Amino acid sequence: MSEDLGKKNVKLARKLVLVAAAMFGFGYALVPIYDVLCEWKWIERDRPDAIKQVPIAAYKVDLAREITIEFMTTLNESTAMEFHAEKKQLKVHPGEYHTVNFYAKNLTDKVMVARAIASFSPALTSRYFEKIECFCFSEQTFKAKEAKTMPMRFVINPELPKDYETITLSYTFFDNTEIQ
Amino acid sequence: MSAVVSEHDDHHADDHHDHGPAKGLLRWIITTNHKDIGTLYLLFALAMFFVGGAMAMVIRAELFEPGLQFVDPAFFNSMTTMHALVMVFGAVMPAFVGLANWQIPLMIGAADMALPRMNNMSFWMLVAGVLLLASTLFMEGGAPNGGWTLYPPLVLQPITVGKAMPFAVFSVHLLGISSIMGAINIIATIFNMRAKSMKMMDMPLFVWTWLITAFLLIAVMPVFAGAVTMLLTDKFFHTSFFNAAGGGDPVLYQHIFWFFGHPEVYIMILPTFGVASTIIPVFARKPLFGYASMVWATGSIAFLSFIVWAHHMFTVGMPIAGELYFMYATMIIAVPTGVKVFNWTATMWKGAMTFETPMLFSIAFVVLFTMGGFTGLMMSIAPTDFQYHDTYFIVAHFHYTLVPASVFILMAAGYFWLPKWTGHMYNEKIGQLHFWLSVISVNILFFPQHFLGLAGMPRRIPDYAVQFADWNMISSVGGFIFGISQLLFLYIVIDTIKGGTGEKVSDEVWEDAAQHSLEWTLPSPLPYHTWTTPPTSVPTEHVLDAH
Repeated sequence: MSEDLGKKNVKLARKLVLVAAAMFGFGYALVPIYDVLCEWKWIERDRPDAIKQVPIAAYKVDLAREITIEFMTTLNESTAMEFHAEKKQLKVHPGEYHTVNFYAKNLTDKVMVARAIASFSPALTSRYFEKIECFCFSEQTFKAKEAKTMPMRFVINPELPKDYETITLSYTFFDNTEIQ
Repeated sequence: MSAVVSEHDDHHADDHHDHGPAKGLLRWIITTNHKDIGTLYLLFALAMFFVGGAMAMVIRAELFEPGLQFVDPAFFNSMTTMHALVMVFGAVMPAFVGLANWQIPLMIGAADMALPRMNNMSFWMLVAGVLLLASTLFMEGGAPNGGWTLYPPLVLQPITVGKAMPFAVFSVHLLGISSIMGAINIIATIFNMRAKSMKMMDMPLFVWTWLITAFLLIAVMPVFAGAVTMLLTDKFFHTSFFNAAGGGDPVLYQHIFWFFGHPEVYIMILPTFGVASTIIPVFARKPLFGYASMVWATGSIAFLSFIVWAHHMFTVGMPIAGELYFMYATMIIAVPTGVKVFNWTATMWKGAMTFETPMLFSIAFVVLFTMGGFTGLMMSIAPTDFQYHDTYFIVAHFHYTLVPASVFILMAAGYFWLPKWTGHMYNEKIGQLHFWLSVISVNILFFPQHFLGLAGMPRRIPDYAVQFADWNMISSVGGFIFGISQLLFLYIVIDTIKGGTGEKVSDEVWEDAAQHSLEWTLPSPLPYHTWTTPPTSVPTEHVLDAH
């Protein structure tokens, strides 16, 4: 191989290594890109940080409609807790305020910091499910063996499209103690 | 290497500065010769084909009857995960890199690969990566068993991964670096080392398909490396890329993974297309039909592979607009792929065909790959995909596109080029026996899995409802026949290297092969060094319509 050709090969190889390195960066860039794209209105996604506390609004109660709200409670694998909702199901009129209590108990002998993450099905309904108060807004600290009753106050925005009659709201508790 | 001058059996080459390989085992460790490295890659891939195959036998044995017979569920899941990883990263991809190492310099009139030392390094890094992966089999908690896609949160849960997860991740890093180095080498070789007389549109299709594949590798392997690195930091450094508790999203992983994963399936199939386009014209004794359209179809498939990834995750909960986009974009891939299938058929049309083993495997590839393509089209239809998703239907689909396609074509390539490489003819009778056993058993193995999938049998389970028993038993019987038949291939490879039928093959090996590609103008067996002087003219009959 002549020296010129050798140099040419190394030069091209260097460029291609740069491309590969850039693609490694692109993989990471997909993380913020994904977040940005998911903010687009037509993407039906419920992001935990998008479900924020909303100010109390006076809606006109739509007595003609009745929405069934189902509650699911789950524990992430390594979370040693007892966790359930006081009701499995609730029928509400859009625009009406309701409070549901959730019960959680730390089963360990140590302090536990846990976070509840909400998930909606169908995902699109998350936009119309407005929470005034929720234990899921922040991390919850449990003392050893401590049990808590935690309220969640919400209203269904009457603009909820007519197609939806049932909303399933699921909470999963994650043990975040170690991440602290 | 230049210090190692030996009076070697290299009598063909008149170059006085020519030298042969180093003596003894060290030759294989320090070699920078493209033929030696090609051989290493191919033999390593063959060994891994049997390792991955043995895992498949464990899977089929367990599924022979409902209930748990031989292995516990966690080990069963390790087997499905490791079978996939070993076959994809240890067998199919390295086998094609091996073929590229042997064939690309020969086909473009280059003396060697552009970066021979890097070539050696990428092979040994592959070995290190696969050994690291294999080591997880012996670890506490067993090998990774969350599926080859390594989806979180499953793969992050301590109960399912034991100690293996970081090893699997580092193994992926090594395999990725190895493939990227291989790809860089191939691109540099094709761009810089090509004989002056060969224009881009003169290049044999095998070279074209590998060039495009190499770009795919450089574009997506780093993304996969990034995704598994995120898994690693989520697991050990408290980042929350995919951890919902920290504001992450497991679905994000699926997007990143399949951004790599979909081009990855074309990384395994495009070189397959290249080999098929090389073999079929030789045995049809006609130039390849539609050379230019083949090149453009390959490029189009490669481009489309980047914009269809989410069809692997239709059921994840996507907006309707997303489902529709990914559905239609996926369907478009059938167009360039159809162009290829029609071109192969048209190449055979009215050709003076003979049916030696490489041609038989190639024809079986065209037929059976098309079937795999059709089931792919079925699954591209988003609403129906909800029925097929994660059932044995998808298992049948991708095995049809990988086993009787990529693997059959790799076998075909072995039969086609081994006589050229070794100078010995393989045993045609045993070759044909191998073909017929393989083509019949592969259908007994995978065809019933379509029915199982449509009836609702999920994939990745060690036990199943009794209504699936009959087809599973038939599938397993096919699997055992297929597995045992492959020992014939192993026998033929060893036998051919040792001397084969004893028949001395001509330089062309196959009738008029030299009209199709440059390597057949060289002596058989190939001398250790070839094209030290580049060829002055290149065959252009295969590209008639391109000029």
